[in-house]
Amino acid sequence: MLGKIWFALMAAGFGWSLLQGEKGAFLQAAVSAGEASLSYGLKLAGILGFWLGIMEVAKRAGLVDRLAALSRPLIRWLFPSVPADDPAASYILLNLTANLLGMGNAATPFGLKAMEELSRLNGGSRRASAAMCTFLALNAAGLTLLPTTVLGLRLAFGSAAPASFLPAMVLTGLTGTIVALLIDRRCRKRGDRRG
Amino acid sequence: MAEFLICALLLAVLAYGLYRGVNIYEAFTEGAAQGLKQALSLIPYLLAIMVPIHLWQVSGLTESLTKLLSPFLEPLGLPGEVLPLILLRPLSGSASLGVLTDIFYQLGPDSAAGLLGSIYQGGTDTTFFVISLYYGVVKVSDGRYTLKACLAADGAVAVAGLLFLRLFFS
Repeated sequence: MLGKIWFALMAAGFGWSLLQGEKGAFLQAAVSAGEASLSYGLKLAGILGFWLGIMEVAKRAGLVDRLAALSRPLIRWLFPSVPADDPAASYILLNLTANLLGMGNAATPFGLKAMEELSRLNGGSRRASAAMCTFLALNAAGLTLLPTTVLGLRLAFGSAAPASFLPAMVLTGLTGTIVALLIDRRCRKRGDRRG
Repeated sequence: MAEFLICALLLAVLAYGLYRGVNIYEAFTEGAAQGLKQALSLIPYLLAIMVPIHLWQVSGLTESLTKLLSPFLEPLGLPGEVLPLILLRPLSGSASLGVLTDIFYQLGPDSAAGLLGSIYQGGTDTTFFVISLYYGVVKVSDGRYTLKACLAADGAVAVAGLLFLRLFFS
């Protein structure tokens, strides 16, 4: 699936730059993408290291297990195939909470950890489990209550009412999340192989 | 406020760890080592998604698609300036944030385009980036119906954003 999308994106960009007679566009993009991905990766390394360090402390203190116990009903409803006392459940909950609070940088390490635990439950298969599909649908819909970056940017540009878009944004995000969950449920019931 | 909450939470976790007799220094460094290893293994996936995004921008494909589609979208009340943001949002959060900055600079954050852009930037996440990152790290190659559910959500967000903009700001 990813291979085909990636090829289509690359071919469209490459074809268009040739049509425009910009033969250097591909190399230019490769250089700037290399720079961007490396600098983002290094930034992520610092943040991931820090958060996973804190998370390890929380885990050894028994906090992660406790959080999982509290969120049991929600996780059971969203992810019927994940055992409620599994570490996967706590990481899923931490990821979703961080996303809701607009801590995108904090959400990613929890999300990656959740995927590792889901993969373990899935026997390390290369085929996604139903729980992974639901988890990614929720993450791609990305419901946020506090979009810190956008708020900051609006303030920086001297908006008269920086937070005025929030009610419309939350309702929009909620619509996306509900649609993602509905499609996910329907496909899971039909046992779809591909999208 | 959010920053204060995060700091308080972090300190609370460390204090609770001490209280429970955990060797918090050792636990932190071991967790951090895992995080660093994970981030480095992600760089190839980042590179894979960033090359086509940059290529679309450098070659002018993003701009041309915007021009091509804007006559159909203006009657719906969708300002043409927001279209690149809708197209880029599922691909790259930083690229669409760049478009939003440009809209704020040109038209102001309280213009219709500025408000709608804010709604889209905050109301959804980076679909393709999330999929490639999360499936990449556990080496899943068959995502089944994931993409269908995610793209349906993106479509719903595009429509809902316009509706709620009208509802709250007309």
